Amino acid sequence: MTRGQKIEEKVFKSLMIFATYFILAILAIIIYSIFEKGIKSVSWEMLTQIPKGGYYYGKGGGILNAILGSLALATGASVLAFVIGLPVALYLNVFLIRHKKVIDVIRFLLDLVWGIPSIVYGAFGFSLMIFFGLQTSLLAGILTVTLFILPIMIRSMDEILRTVPVGLQEAAYSLGSNKSEIAFKIFTRQSFSGIITAVLLSFGRGIGDAAAVLFTAGYTDHLPNGLLEPVATLPLSIFFQLSSPVPEVQNRAYASALVLTLIILIVSLFSRGLGKRYHKTKINF
Amino acid sequence: MDSQTKIEIRDLNVFAGKTQILRNINIDIPKNKITVILGPSGCGKTTLLKCLNRLTDLYPELKVSGQIMIDGSNILVAKEDIYKLRQQMGLLSQRPYPLPMTIYNNIAYALKLRGIKNRRETHKLVMHYLQQANLWEEIRTRLREPASRLSIGQQQRLCLARGLAVNPEIILADEPTSALDPISSQFIEETFLKLKNDYTIVLVTHVLRQAKRIADNVVFMYLGDVIEQGSVEEVFGNPKMEKTKLYLGGTFN
Amino acid sequence: MYLLNRKQRHAVNYTWMIISLLLVAFLPFLLFLGLYIKSVLLLDDYSLVDLIFSRTWKPSSGQFGFYPFIVGSVWVTLVAMLITAPVCLLTAIYVTQYTRKYFLRIMHPAIDILAGIPSVVYGLWGILVIVPFISQYLGPWMGVKTMGYSILAASFVLSIMIIPFVLNILIEIFRSIPMELKEAALSLGATQWQTIKHVLIKKALPGIIAAFGFGLARAFGETMAVLMVVGNVVRLPKSVFDPGYTLPALIANNYGEMMSIPKYDSALMFAALLLLAVSLFFNLVMHFFIVRYNKF
Repeated sequence: MTRGQKIEEKVFKSLMIFATYFILAILAIIIYSIFEKGIKSVSWEMLTQIPKGGYYYGKGGGILNAILGSLALATGASVLAFVIGLPVALYLNVFLIRHKKVIDVIRFLLDLVWGIPSIVYGAFGFSLMIFFGLQTSLLAGILTVTLFILPIMIRSMDEILRTVPVGLQEAAYSLGSNKSEIAFKIFTRQSFSGIITAVLLSFGRGIGDAAAVLFTAGYTDHLPNGLLEPVATLPLSIFFQLSSPVPEVQNRAYASALVLTLIILIVSLFSRGLGKRYHKTKINF
Repeated sequence: MDSQTKIEIRDLNVFAGKTQILRNINIDIPKNKITVILGPSGCGKTTLLKCLNRLTDLYPELKVSGQIMIDGSNILVAKEDIYKLRQQMGLLSQRPYPLPMTIYNNIAYALKLRGIKNRRETHKLVMHYLQQANLWEEIRTRLREPASRLSIGQQQRLCLARGLAVNPEIILADEPTSALDPISSQFIEETFLKLKNDYTIVLVTHVLRQAKRIADNVVFMYLGDVIEQGSVEEVFGNPKMEKTKLYLGGTFN
Repeated sequence: MYLLNRKQRHAVNYTWMIISLLLVAFLPFLLFLGLYIKSVLLLDDYSLVDLIFSRTWKPSSGQFGFYPFIVGSVWVTLVAMLITAPVCLLTAIYVTQYTRKYFLRIMHPAIDILAGIPSVVYGLWGILVIVPFISQYLGPWMGVKTMGYSILAASFVLSIMIIPFVLNILIEIFRSIPMELKEAALSLGATQWQTIKHVLIKKALPGIIAAFGFGLARAFGETMAVLMVVGNVVRLPKSVFDPGYTLPALIANNYGEMMSIPKYDSALMFAALLLLAVSLFFNLVMHFFIVRYNKF
């Protein structure tokens, strides 16, 4: 190795190490600044009360409306996306298994849809709402977020169902099961924790996104009390509180951001744990 | 031993974590002969080959101890110039892995690493090595095509030519014909027989008949141990160990 | 025990699957159609070229020039990619070629967390950290007067947001390159860096381009975080320290009043349609690259 080559390799290796630790450092800074700013303003009151009159000028109250609203919205959307998504993922992996071309086209379409920005879903949801004469509401929000997380849900389930060994399927056929029994009994059981992981992943996506619900879910200071009522969400509540000129309200935005980040971290921790277990219990053929 | 010894392996042990892959290996590999390392798959043949050109360095989980002397110097010593060392040996792996470049550049890249930058000389040598590997006539008009467009058999011969282009003294071949059709395999075997006048060839295989066809020396390995070694007549004609007899008889493979 | 017999259950399950599948398969077309119908009102009165290249944005007097927003989006996206691309490529090579396996086990959760942090939180972090950094340190140091809310701030926040996305693809690509190819190059006497430079990167090139393309498409449509730090000024930016406005931010900022001005809603839906078209276009092109990569 010549001197020049040695220097070149050294330079690039240092750059690589720098890039890697840059990413880790940024992550640390983000987590630190959210915690440091947010933790001061988190209080029991904030987590358990809805905004009182004048909340956005610094008066009392909390963001319970947004917490519950976000949970309701993300749960609803996850359930709906699951109900639509699971059969699609199963259909791909059980019924279309011999039609490689068709599977490829559908996977490609799903990847295309996955790439569409959430604001586009928001705008689309809004035009649907107008079309059906709906008001901004929990229902409209759920429908929009469902569309948005559907490709994520299906593709993650699909990736897991793909790993179900052919031998297992053959064994089930030889016992006389028909295709839909194989799909809903064998495949779902074999990939159970993987499917839950996919649902949690989609839930995390759904709860964190603001652009899709901006048009459709509306905003309210009250607790969600019906599918056809507007509902508050955490990302929007952060956004609104942050736009307030009152420092105290801004601090609450930081606290709300901390709450949202924690919810998402917990969900992702859960899904990671499940993912690990899934790998351990996987049957190998 | 009537001829000069090129490679001496002494007390070579290789661990992957707690499992031992190679146990107290002692082998003498004579110069300008074909030495075949024979044994069922999973017995550590490939690992042994990777020790010879220190590709084991790539796998941090492997612990290598012992000595491998090539022309009298131990190559397992860390300060050995590993790039020079690897250029002393051409490697041919189980499946061909052409570099993602044109056919011509696959050879030219090896030449460049050897320090040959002159275009005319490069040109001459590319042709020379392709001829040596029995490939030139087939592809002389396709030199600027990506190497991945060649057939598997052609790719393997291209890899051989590439291995020769670093001007090695030793050729390491790890079941080079296992992915090939019979005709291409025959090409490779014939090329080896021609090359052994100038090179020391170490060939790993589990195909008995291939060993019989081209080996001068045979090393029989089983589960990380060398069971028996010697000239092809000795090992095939009059095996001393029970395991060798069983293997040659086809009881297990 | 069951309401239906086996055959009936099969029929129900099957129908359910087909309906869901059709819904999903037609989703991109539905999206396109829905947005197109809403933006027809605008497209009837103005030519596409006018809309895209006209610079005046005055919805109240019927002037809809999207040029400043398109330029803003392009700036923000490109500058973000200038940061993301080298950082991700270097990191992907480092963690797949130079470190032991346990390092990836540290990196993966870190990447997951970065990917999980919501857009609004990124925006908030941008306001807290990046904007003041630019206005108080970077700007003065470069001799520029800046509010901090700028193309650069948006690009930086955006680049961090798409890092996990791009990095994951790149790591997968480098891991899918067979070990034997590396061994082949090394056995010729190449150094590790030469192997990476001449062989691995070349082998991975279509995949690398695709990863960057996917990242670009994702960055182009990102809304909340950008909206919070980009400044939202309808003007053609002259430098990265100027504030700007992006297409997604335009939609998100004005949804409240879009019903009050004629054709305003139609204009915003047109903006969404543009985003959709860009996203579909990029993903289509990159898909082609990935397909080529797999054939290599």
